[in-house]
Amino acid sequence: MQIHDKSPLKAEARNLSFYYGEAKALKNINMPIYDKKVTALIGPSGCGKSTYLRSFNRMHDLYPGNRYEGEIRFFPDNTNLLSPEVDPIEVRMRVGMVFQKPNPFPKSIYENVAYGLRVRGENNKRVLDDKVEHALRGAAIWDEAKDRLNELASNLSGGQQQRLCIARALATDPELLLFDEPTSALDPIATGAIEELVHELKKRVTILIVTHNMQQAARVSDYTAYMYLGEMIEFGKTDEIFIKPQDKRTEDYITGRMG
Amino acid sequence: MNHAMSANNTSDLHVVSDRLSRNAMRNISERVIEALLFAAAAVSVLTTIGIVYVLVSESVQFFQHVSIIDFLTDTQWTPLFDDAHFGIMVLISGTLVSSLVALIVAIPMGTIIAIYLSEFAGSKVREVAKPILELLGGIPTIVFGYFALLMVTPLLQKILPGLPGFSLLSAGLVMGIMIVPYIASLSEDAMRAVPMSLREGSYAMGSTRLYTAIHVVVPAAFSGLAASYILAISRAVGETMILAVAAGMQPNLTANPMEPAATITSFIVQVALGDLPHGSIGYQTIFAAGLTLIMITLMFNILGQWLRRRFRENY
Amino acid sequence: MQANILTTEQIRALIAKGKLKDAVFKAVGIFCLAIALLVIVLLVSDMVMKGSERFTVDFFMNFASRRATQAGILSAWVGSLLVMLVTALAAVPLGVAAGVYLEEYAKRNWITELIEINITNLAAVPSIVYGLLALGIFVYQFGFGQSILSAGLTLALLILPIIIVSTREAIRAIPAMIREGSMAVGATRWQTCRYHIIPYAMPGILTGVIIGLARAIGETAPIITIGALTFIAFLPPVPYTTGTDGVTAGMFDWVMSPFTVMPIQIFNWTSRPDPAFEVNAAAAGFVLMAMVLSMNAVAIYLRYKMRKNIKW
Repeated sequence: MQIHDKSPLKAEARNLSFYYGEAKALKNINMPIYDKKVTALIGPSGCGKSTYLRSFNRMHDLYPGNRYEGEIRFFPDNTNLLSPEVDPIEVRMRVGMVFQKPNPFPKSIYENVAYGLRVRGENNKRVLDDKVEHALRGAAIWDEAKDRLNELASNLSGGQQQRLCIARALATDPELLLFDEPTSALDPIATGAIEELVHELKKRVTILIVTHNMQQAARVSDYTAYMYLGEMIEFGKTDEIFIKPQDKRTEDYITGRMG
Repeated sequence: MNHAMSANNTSDLHVVSDRLSRNAMRNISERVIEALLFAAAAVSVLTTIGIVYVLVSESVQFFQHVSIIDFLTDTQWTPLFDDAHFGIMVLISGTLVSSLVALIVAIPMGTIIAIYLSEFAGSKVREVAKPILELLGGIPTIVFGYFALLMVTPLLQKILPGLPGFSLLSAGLVMGIMIVPYIASLSEDAMRAVPMSLREGSYAMGSTRLYTAIHVVVPAAFSGLAASYILAISRAVGETMILAVAAGMQPNLTANPMEPAATITSFIVQVALGDLPHGSIGYQTIFAAGLTLIMITLMFNILGQWLRRRFRENY
Repeated sequence: MQANILTTEQIRALIAKGKLKDAVFKAVGIFCLAIALLVIVLLVSDMVMKGSERFTVDFFMNFASRRATQAGILSAWVGSLLVMLVTALAAVPLGVAAGVYLEEYAKRNWITELIEINITNLAAVPSIVYGLLALGIFVYQFGFGQSILSAGLTLALLILPIIIVSTREAIRAIPAMIREGSMAVGATRWQTCRYHIIPYAMPGILTGVIIGLARAIGETAPIITIGALTFIAFLPPVPYTTGTDGVTAGMFDWVMSPFTVMPIQIFNWTSRPDPAFEVNAAAAGFVLMAMVLSMNAVAIYLRYKMRKNIKW
């Protein structure tokens, strides 16, 4: 793949393949992820974009029978995230994730955001208070949540819950943040708020986002990758992909002739 | 076509009315069947009414002889003596102490097994473990009584030399083992019903299996766990044969599990084994005891519901 | 704000600690499961070893006796079988009918809700309370006395919730298209139930029936409560035979006969101080366990098989 930019790499997939048991779900993917940029993954459903995303925090390790081939190099330390010597928990400590549907834990708003810090052994009240506030501000939900920190997170609206989940992921300062169709369960207004947030967040963190919505990809991302049937068809700057795609299949998808 | 039909008008009418009357018959028989099925379903309600009626009506007669105050405050239970005392606290103490011992065994063990099966074990382990638990839950309580008296008590006596041949401790321990499968299977169901997305959320934060289980899955399944604990309490309080066999049947107001004591249930068995004339005060006593038993079970159920609601709000 | 980022070493130490806790918990979990298994193995092996000298034809063909070596379980196992017969005859039709009603007929209203809450609550009522119910209603009110009939009906009420719940679960597993298909060709609701729903739900219902009966056959407390005798040295009258008193028994005389059952026999032997009776208790306990566990095993196997070959 051609490098478009002088921007440093945060991660790079090299000959990445993935198997659910016998079924090959990802086929030999090569792709760079640039530091402090938003990279969008688009493609028809079942194309493997979520499977690809979930490889970055080794989510597939939770289920038996899954297998990776190839590498995901993580920079600046040039670690292979998929190496059997690297513990998946270590990977997840560096790579945060926001899911398709908001999944707040059955705890208070405060404890939801503090969760990752507690996992990392942080129990100092002052430190926790500081970081929770910082994360909630970062996820643009501080004003709505500051007076109800001890309320159950499930009392929040869907859009607020999703921003809370983003705050939860931000609280531990991840180096890479994965978004798996984060707005598919939300209404247009909440979606707008999340998109704005993503735009804001790239100053702090590298973002990889799966979306089923091409307008969303066009709005929020700097780079876009089009996937189809487990293959990476085309990767490039978002403007270029949307204005003049190189591959016929990308063009068909973007112009709505397929998918 | 039309012509042919009107030509056969009379016989057509016949056919139609015939079919209608058959339909009517069919309707009636459908109704009758529905009524019969409803009656079968109503048997459960009748059972409850019957239980309440029997317990209350006999107890009312009982309380014409014994004042409720004495019943609740007397510290002796000697209903069949000439100098009869009816202090139900004596029996309640045996019931509560043995139940407590049972729950101390059953709740941790059942919960640990449930967490292990739901969060740690592979499908193969589960396929073996679940039938084993089911078999354990299927063992008749009289056999558990035998186990408590003839196997567990001698074993415990080696560790605790002062332990008498009958004790609430050994009966309670075995009762705990008996209850484990109920807690394990109900709690496991509750935990497996927790959506995978919650677990993934926790794992994605870098947490381990145990941390996820304790901090996310258990709180999410809490109402199911509480339900299983309440059922366990009902089982323990209502358990009869293990206590009748292994805890001795002498009334004893005690909080010490190392002592023998009668419980509400073992008292009923003891009286029923003898030959009490219908309508005598002794006969009525067992219904008053039964009513107390039901009230205790009910109380724990209400307490459980309340706890469940409180816990949910404070999270 | 400056985050105090953990070093790789610190993270690894943290993970190692977490994984150690995981491993410890796993070991504890397996240990708890092992205790469950150990109890079953201990119980069965103890009963077999202690009771082995009684596994003779005589033991099964003798009545209870004051001498431990001559005592047998004839009246007990015959009693248990007859009580189970009455229980099954009462509980199966009632339970299946109630299950079918609740799944196929009942409208969503307060009566249905009342029935459903009732069934849930009855499952948690201590079994001895059923004994008190039966003592008051069956034994005295209905005048059935301390008979096989009273005992059978008591246990039937006790296991009714189990049969109802498993019937409902089995019916719920049948896809709607089968019901619609039958209704579409003009079958009435009952015909649909009779020829489609009940037959398809049969394996599930059967599993529930077996589990219910396995529970019933081991129940002791309610039967003691209705006043079953612990020492019975005769069998219920066989229909149309003439007893020693010269009276010919009718078809159903046996249901009114006094009786004893296996668990009561075991209870009786367990509570005797003479250790010789422990041997009898062990042997009878093993026989009862074998009955109960094999019934449960059949039910577990049936359920397993049902899951394996779901036809739709």
